[in-house]
Amino acid sequence: MRALALIVRLFRGAAKIQRKRMILTVTAIAWGTVAIILLLSFGEGLKRSLQTGSRGLGENIVIIWMGETEKAYAGLPAGRPIRLVPDDVDLVLAGVPEIASAAGEMHNWNVQLVNGRTALNKRVVGVHPAYEELRTSYPRSGGRYIDELDQKLKRRVVFLGDQLAKDLFGAGDPVGKTLLVADTPFTVIGVLQKKKQMGMYGGPDADRATIPLSTFEAMFGRRYLSNLVYQPTRNALAPVAKRHLMEVLGAKYRFDPADTRALQFWDTIEDAKRLDAIMIGLQAFLGVIGALTLIIGGVGVANIMFATVTHRTREIGVQMALGARRVYITGSIVLESLALTFAGGVIGIGVGVTIVQVLAAVQAHVKSEAMEVLGTPTISIPIAVATVTLLGLIGLLAGYFPARRAVTVQPAEALRFE
Amino acid sequence: MFGNGKNGSNGGERRDGDGAIIALAGVRKVYDTGAVKVEALRKVDLSIKRNEFVAIVGPSGSGKSTLMNILGCLDTATEGSYRLRGEEVSGMSIDRLADIRNRRIGFVFQNFNLLPQLTAFENVEMPLLFKGAPAKERRERVESLLGQVGLADRMQHRPVELSGGQMQRVAIARALACEPDIILADEPTGNLDSAAGGDIIGKFEELWAKGHTLVLITHDGAIARRTRRVVRVQDGTVVDDAPAA
Repeated sequence: MRALALIVRLFRGAAKIQRKRMILTVTAIAWGTVAIILLLSFGEGLKRSLQTGSRGLGENIVIIWMGETEKAYAGLPAGRPIRLVPDDVDLVLAGVPEIASAAGEMHNWNVQLVNGRTALNKRVVGVHPAYEELRTSYPRSGGRYIDELDQKLKRRVVFLGDQLAKDLFGAGDPVGKTLLVADTPFTVIGVLQKKKQMGMYGGPDADRATIPLSTFEAMFGRRYLSNLVYQPTRNALAPVAKRHLMEVLGAKYRFDPADTRALQFWDTIEDAKRLDAIMIGLQAFLGVIGALTLIIGGVGVANIMFATVTHRTREIGVQMALGARRVYITGSIVLESLALTFAGGVIGIGVGVTIVQVLAAVQAHVKSEAMEVLGTPTISIPIAVATVTLLGLIGLLAGYFPARRAVTVQPAEALRFE
Repeated sequence: MFGNGKNGSNGGERRDGDGAIIALAGVRKVYDTGAVKVEALRKVDLSIKRNEFVAIVGPSGSGKSTLMNILGCLDTATEGSYRLRGEEVSGMSIDRLADIRNRRIGFVFQNFNLLPQLTAFENVEMPLLFKGAPAKERRERVESLLGQVGLADRMQHRPVELSGGQMQRVAIARALACEPDIILADEPTGNLDSAAGGDIIGKFEELWAKGHTLVLITHDGAIARRTRRVVRVQDGTVVDDAPAA
């Protein structure tokens, strides 16, 4: 503690020489800091954008399509198609405790939708009510999603994608209005909240109409599901859930639970993990580029510290003659280096944060596909911590080496220095 | 007046047989500049007792500055033994040597070597800081020392605001700060006019009278004559050692 106080005093006494070079050095550090902050913020923005995008399909869900058996099983030949029916959703929910929620889905790819003089051929899907949560299909305020009663009573109600609602009804609110679905009048009960959707099958949720599964079956005379969506109770249990599901359905349809072709899985949990890994790699890459820029600034600091130490050789010699231990001398030099680095760092962080905020504000006003994917640059706590740590490390190293040189000479030699 | 009377009360300290504070035996110093080796000192034997007032004289290049550096632990001998108050100094660690310089040796340099950005007060305080003296003790000690050298009204002045003689008096106060065993002065009057120089030598005589041990490096015969013992160095060795004429 005493040594520290002394170091601070020596530092205060020494740090006011070579102003011009100091300004340049501080600028170099500030520049490097801005670079690292911008790069990492864009990385973070992109990551968050991709994460929201993948949430648009649904969080931690698995989607199953029907397949064909590949293995002969229990005396039955290979190559049998497996077709699931709506009741299988209840079977799965009852038989697999690791599955929290599930919904069936049927597609009709080309249905005429008519509102007054506007007629469009669009995709219509029939789903269970649980689909709302599973596939993040939340209604805009003033509307609702399909519920259990709709399903039970086979109501003629329709939930519209936001784009489709706009195309059919224009800017007005369609909730409560009547829409002809394949010549049958349906009541519009809700419109999808605008969402960013990256993963999709058959097209974006924004551009389709959704009706109760029971109504769909009755209207189009379908028996089989197009696909089934479920969510495990926990991500870690996803593999168990999948195995149990194969056992339950395998028992009913008589296929080998190990038959990978009987049903086809799209595991978005796995996808999310992979995306996370890619983003970590990307951020590391951006971080390294930023760090390299900052290190160039650090070389500048080391340079000025070498110059300062040389300039002050005699003073250091005097201090040594008066009995300064090495740590007092190296300490005050390292402190000076840290002060320079942090001065640059503070400026850099200020400028970097300002730029990020200006860019974010600009982006909020400019509509562009590319900008939307790139996301809004975001500064996070880890970015701030990483930047400050790096600054500290650079300041320490840039001071340490000149300081070490300063104390290796004999005091007599330092005192002779002109 | 100087040294608060503490000097001369070191009876319990370990000492060489003959009571010498400084004992050099067979000290050799070779500067290795890569291409050539220069032998600055060869086989120097020198013993200085408590309360001696010694002048080390010799022409430039004789090795007297090297000798002063070694006496002051500012440089280490290539070979030979240096006992400071009975303690072998050669082979000590860098930080141990720093402590020795801090507590045992007071330096007065030709060009004062005050730190330009610090006030007179702060310059005198510096060795006390290195020693780790508490703030109150430091303040009292510095004020008393600067008062003793007649600079009580110049404490907050920086070196550039002081005359040469005043700067050297600050340096003397600084040299005394940690109550050293010995004061080493390297051409202390070299940068002063004769009046200020005479004043500084007067201070040294005063210190000697108070019981301090002083070693002056000088090439000025007049100053050497005011000491009590003159050690003549030539070609890196002691050629004459006699009481001052």
